[in-house]
Amino acid sequence: MSLMKRKPTRRVAVIGAGLSLFMRRALETGKELSYYAASQALETCGVRLKDIGAVVMATAPDAFDGVHMKGEWLLDGAGATRKPYLRAYVGGGSGVFSIISGWMMVASGLFDLVLVVAEEKMSSCQPHPQGAFLTIFDQIIERPLGPNLLWIFSLEQHRYMATYGIRNDDIARVSVKNKHNAIAHPAAQVATEITVKDVLASEVVAWPVHRLMVSPVSDGAAAIVLASEKVASRFTDKPVWVQGVGWCLDTSYWGNRDLAYPRYVEKAAKMAYEMAGITEPRKQIHVVEPYDPFAYKELHHLEGLQLADRGKAPEDLAHGRFERTGELPSCPSGGLMGVGNPIAAAGLMKVCELFWQLRGEAGARQVPGAPERGVAQAWGDLMQVGTVAVLGLQ
Amino acid sequence: MSDRVAIVGVGIVPLRVQSRERSFRELTFEAAARAYADAGITHEEVDSFVSVCEDFHEGTSITDEYTPDQLGAVLRPVHTVAGDGLQGIAAAVMLVRSGIADLVAVEAHCKASNIVSHQQVLAMALDPAYERPVRVTPHAIAALEMRRYQQDSVIPDEAIAMVVVKNRRQALANPVAAHGSSISPEDVLSSAPVAEPLRTLEISPYADGAVVIVVASEDAARRAPKPVWIRGIGWASDSPWLAMRSWGQASYAQLSATMAYTMAGITDPPREISFAELDDTYAYKELQHLEAAQLASRGEAARWIMDGHTRQGGPFPVNPSGGSLGMGYCFDATALYRTGAAVQQLRGEAGRVQVRNASTGLVLSWRGVPTQTGGAMVLGAL
Repeated sequence: MSLMKRKPTRRVAVIGAGLSLFMRRALETGKELSYYAASQALETCGVRLKDIGAVVMATAPDAFDGVHMKGEWLLDGAGATRKPYLRAYVGGGSGVFSIISGWMMVASGLFDLVLVVAEEKMSSCQPHPQGAFLTIFDQIIERPLGPNLLWIFSLEQHRYMATYGIRNDDIARVSVKNKHNAIAHPAAQVATEITVKDVLASEVVAWPVHRLMVSPVSDGAAAIVLASEKVASRFTDKPVWVQGVGWCLDTSYWGNRDLAYPRYVEKAAKMAYEMAGITEPRKQIHVVEPYDPFAYKELHHLEGLQLADRGKAPEDLAHGRFERTGELPSCPSGGLMGVGNPIAAAGLMKVCELFWQLRGEAGARQVPGAPERGVAQAWGDLMQVGTVAVLGLQ
Repeated sequence: MSDRVAIVGVGIVPLRVQSRERSFRELTFEAAARAYADAGITHEEVDSFVSVCEDFHEGTSITDEYTPDQLGAVLRPVHTVAGDGLQGIAAAVMLVRSGIADLVAVEAHCKASNIVSHQQVLAMALDPAYERPVRVTPHAIAALEMRRYQQDSVIPDEAIAMVVVKNRRQALANPVAAHGSSISPEDVLSSAPVAEPLRTLEISPYADGAVVIVVASEDAARRAPKPVWIRGIGWASDSPWLAMRSWGQASYAQLSATMAYTMAGITDPPREISFAELDDTYAYKELQHLEAAQLASRGEAARWIMDGHTRQGGPFPVNPSGGSLGMGYCFDATALYRTGAAVQQLRGEAGRVQVRNASTGLVLSWRGVPTQTGGAMVLGAL
């Protein structure tokens, strides 16, 4: 069954990208982080703020900042004063959804230049941002049980391991790879050389999840500039095209689902692939930035993205397939496990990475073989939403 | 493919002060079922879904988690706009114009009755470092703006009181409204001041409800029983800082209306638009928004309300539904209720609140204190 009515006729290009440092307890406010990333994105492509037609903001729960209608509060930092402004929101999936939201603005023909900003400042949530996640659960059925985010993800990881006979050291390799990749990323927060042994020796947070399998608490911002086809060529001779977008939300009743496989990521990917004309993802995708807030999630998502067989992503990882120099480089940026996880900003950071990889501007992180097409993906809500963007040079 | 977009389905749950017997999911399910039936479709035919909600109104972080099931949207493209109802419709319009969707459902709901103190929630929308320490209450911010607007546009207290009288009375004829009543200007002027010059009865009272609007491409609209066309849509935000706003003029409304008029090709709004559903969260806002939307010149809105120009039977009916003052205020769902009311007018199905010769209507929204964000939409029968 087709997942979209018809192929969009208006093409949308990414023409600029900007990224702040990812760190714990940044001195900058959320507005300032947004300003930093947004101005960098604009400056690198030579677009002036006054020429921007509309602005998209992505930022995760208001509870982090304790600010109601957080999008309204952040808007001047993102350059949206006196402009059409939209805060689209799908929990942790918001970072990659932000380019989808920006894509809609241009693909609809309403705007020619759109600034997309993603911001997160988690460290203002005291004593720990996990506290904000206590309030994401169903008020009647779940909250009385006092669950937190780490518990439910440990359930999912355990289910994934039990279904396919995966061992924890298979999963620990994701942390090793991504933290190593991040050493080459100038914005990275938790880049380091570690071994599988180090990961498994780290404290158990909620079994089977160890401390070094969890991304850190971060502050940061990312931004991109999107342009219509007729305007893009005025600013760059190296546009990166948004070839496909897809998103999918599963039921709120996560307890009724088989957590071994993210079917919502599969549907989101199939929608994006259909739009991009991808029929053989493993051949036609050259670099991938799947969402890795927990080590197992990268593997889980590679399977949902149809880039590995079900239950086989750990094996592929062990054989080096997902290394930066491997057959399908996965998280060459260092991902959330290495660069950091300011939630919405982390998703858009993955889009920025594809922009730089496809233009051959990723420096020490550059994957070999002049990649022509990449996929970024994020995930969020109650292990429930998949957001996918396909970017390419054609 | 054409860029024309229509509204083909409206599902409204009547607003009520309490909704103890039903959860937000049940309210939304009812709205969705009504909207799909109105459009002559099933949930399976909807290509994409947009919900409009804010975490602190729901008491749940990442509240978009709880949107899909009751819309029939499980495992489908669903996203949330943390914004105004018209921003949700704008997202739907963009999805349709991109070509990837023919039918998009936009949902918003409100359980204001679950909130112990909405004023305290709104106070958390102020900047924590610069604005909150002043301990200004949200209604007082509106009162400051009201005072400035009255000064700028020479609006007497009686004109603002008449907005309340008109909207509450019109709501008596609207079965969806929760707060219809027959009151006099003296009742309004003698109601207790909340923050001078703002009085209790000049603040729209809360109500619970849910609404779903189905937006369609031209192809899909041609198959629908009763399409109403979205001729233009606009939205805008001005500075969130209290210290950096014009106070007297609703700049966001002017920007949004201009964008919507440009898209609709409207050059003479008062002549080309036959009625309006304008935000009246506070009574003075109806007058301020009439001027900002270039429907009345400065100071004219006050004369209009005093001489009955904007009554349901007048030459330019404003808020024939009863507005928020008469229907009830329901956060970001408000704009979708007003959209529903405007669609019914243009279909000639507004019953006892029907205005004569309704051919083109304006819906204009505001996100409330302390924001300077709003939207505008021009709807046409043809």
